[in-house]
Amino acid sequence: MKNNQVISVLAKKRSRNLKIMLALTLISFVLFAYLPGESQDVTFNFVLGDEWVIIQSWVIGSKIGAYSFSALSALFLVFAFLQARKGNKLGVSALAYCLSVFIAFMCWAAAGAAISVTGLLQGGLFLAIPLVFGSLSGLICERSGVINIAIEGQLLAGAFAAGVVGSLTQNSWAGLLVAPLAGALISLLLATFAIKYAVDQVILGFVINVLVIGLTSFASQRILTTDAARWNSSPIFSTIQIPILSKIPLVGPIFFSQTIIVYMLYVIVAIIQVTLFKSKWGLRMRAVGELPVAAESVGIDVNKVRFRNVLIAGLVAGLGGAFFTVGSSGAFSRQMTAGMGFIALAALIFGKWTPLGAVAAALLFGFADQLRTVLSITGTPIPSEFMVMVPYIVTIIAVSGFVGKVRAPASDGIPYKRGGSH
Amino acid sequence: MKLIAKKAILPLIAFGLALFVGGLVIGFTDSRVLSKIGSPISFLKIFASTVGNAYLALFQGAIYDPNLVEGHSFLTGFYPLSQTVVNAAPLMLCGLSVAIAFKAGLFNIGAQGQFIFGAIGASYVGFHYELPIFLHVVVAITAAIILSALWGGFVGLLKAKTGAHEVIVTIMLNYIAANFLLWILGTSTFLRPGRLDPLAPPVKDTARLPRLFGDNYSVNVGIFISIVVAFLFWLLLNRSTWGFKTRAVGANSSAARTAGISVQRITIGTMLIAGGLSGLAGAIHVLGFQYELTSDTAGSFGFDAITVALLGRGGPVGVVLASLLFAGLRVGGTTMQANVQVPVEIVLVIQALVVLFIAAPGLITRYIKIKNLESGQEMASKGWNG
Repeated sequence: MKNNQVISVLAKKRSRNLKIMLALTLISFVLFAYLPGESQDVTFNFVLGDEWVIIQSWVIGSKIGAYSFSALSALFLVFAFLQARKGNKLGVSALAYCLSVFIAFMCWAAAGAAISVTGLLQGGLFLAIPLVFGSLSGLICERSGVINIAIEGQLLAGAFAAGVVGSLTQNSWAGLLVAPLAGALISLLLATFAIKYAVDQVILGFVINVLVIGLTSFASQRILTTDAARWNSSPIFSTIQIPILSKIPLVGPIFFSQTIIVYMLYVIVAIIQVTLFKSKWGLRMRAVGELPVAAESVGIDVNKVRFRNVLIAGLVAGLGGAFFTVGSSGAFSRQMTAGMGFIALAALIFGKWTPLGAVAAALLFGFADQLRTVLSITGTPIPSEFMVMVPYIVTIIAVSGFVGKVRAPASDGIPYKRGGSH
Repeated sequence: MKLIAKKAILPLIAFGLALFVGGLVIGFTDSRVLSKIGSPISFLKIFASTVGNAYLALFQGAIYDPNLVEGHSFLTGFYPLSQTVVNAAPLMLCGLSVAIAFKAGLFNIGAQGQFIFGAIGASYVGFHYELPIFLHVVVAITAAIILSALWGGFVGLLKAKTGAHEVIVTIMLNYIAANFLLWILGTSTFLRPGRLDPLAPPVKDTARLPRLFGDNYSVNVGIFISIVVAFLFWLLLNRSTWGFKTRAVGANSSAARTAGISVQRITIGTMLIAGGLSGLAGAIHVLGFQYELTSDTAGSFGFDAITVALLGRGGPVGVVLASLLFAGLRVGGTTMQANVQVPVEIVLVIQALVVLFIAAPGLITRYIKIKNLESGQEMASKGWNG
């Protein structure tokens, strides 16, 4: 009986998704293909550096392109429909569908311009890196049962520490080493107040952000700008081309022609994904985040596990902060994280509190941001301000439960008292 | 009186401590101070004078500056106080917006976005329509309140109908509002003729709030409106059925539900009011002080409001006093930066520390014994799913 209900809920969701997809295809036909006046050529460039060349570039008329990819999306929609009839998941056909609609969109939005596809994806990854670090920090905290609104502060502290130490020592490695510690220091504040003093974690995170923004901006104004050569001119990491892999068209320049920080990120993502679900550490983390009473009943010190994990989360976000200074620009500037900590939080939520989900969401948000920049240069019918809103809007849609049920770990944000009385 | 003293003691100690720590930060980042680190006595001397001068400049920039008097009446020295009060009015209203949400157990981080929509509404009515003198202000303020109440109420609606957590939704809506403001300032309706930068046409004279002490002092009736609203806030929460229900929901929503109170309606209603309050703040700022809408109109009112509500312990008197204090710090901080080159951001540090010390009474009472301490109920923890 219960099983049937589950299936019918899934079926309902699927049929709603199919309806949304149908509507999108129609919009794509009308808005991207039918309505525009005359057709202009769109050029997609694929080669960025010295990778092996398969296709140099591809030129297509904007109208014909929009028509063909809208048609392609209709085809994938039919596929998806047939899959749904059989009761299968929509996964692959839905992905292919989204890609077709997106290309149709690009044909419309970039009519008469040239788009570097590889550059677009590379830039998207670049912008997503701090988001991924940040959302992983949030993940470790929140899976352990501590809400982390202070991601912004952790990133900023990491950026500041890496920038200053990197400058003073003229060694980017020293900066990279210090950044995680700075992030962990912020985490120490978060953990102490959240766990020891049971302060509301949302308020706490907010206040910590204000504190870090205040301190780093103050120090930046008072010290860094007075003698920038000494305090604020860190050497930066150069990109490391991974032999052979970096030569692969499209993939190479995007993923394997990066700085050490990005390669560390790949490793961290893999470690967290595996350990969260396969190790004792991950099991304990999930236990204290979901049902701390049960965890304590088998002898786990809930608050100790939480405290340690919040510190680990700080290390991760702090390292991500280093990306802003020693990883890219070399100099620290006031509030240079510019709200990315909050988009990272959004990515965590949009990714349903799972590592791969958070990474995917962060990549999507980074890509959306890069797309906005690219399209604002080539000129596009959509105001760039609305493109900026995309991550925020999808997050609201996600938490409102329109795209499946998004649920936080059950005890996320609730302080634990020994004996489980809360 | 005793009650007030009891409520005020923790905030006062917290503020004192925050000033002290802020002083340490100022002192230890000063190159002249650090150069004397070898000799303890002169080090302490220059340390104290550096910090003292900074805080003196802060005071002069916030309340009374005798340097302004020269040749004029001694009243001229109160010019900074006028600036402080002007900035306190919107901060007060935003603080009340956050505070009323706290009463219903909601955390409204969205005051910033609601403020922006209020400012947009007031600005549009203010520059676009020709209306008689008193009516114009009323219409502009009404438009502001309606727009922002809808923006805030949307959060309550989502929370009530889908369970979407208000913190996440308001954070996202703040960014959306900020970008919406940028966009609308670029549209032909809002673009000031002959200008290309994001700047709306000036608000017409008929829509401006009257000033209280002549043209030299920008203090206007906005502060009275804010204080009256603070009184209404108290009345609503403590002398009405709706207020009782709101407090019941805030104290324990499942108990309130069992008692037959519609938590959904309270949630939506509270967020409507919270939005309206922040929107009123935006209107007062635009109609009373700035007279034009810019991309930076909202400043950081909506964010400072959260610290104001926390320092004010969620009560109207507390919020009024806290908003005056933080507005003074902001305004004075700018003078401090100009006069003694201590960056205004120290104010953020002080604000954050005050709230941190208050949020964790255990931290202070560990070292200082306070009798009959009222702990911060409004900061009791709830989870994402709560």
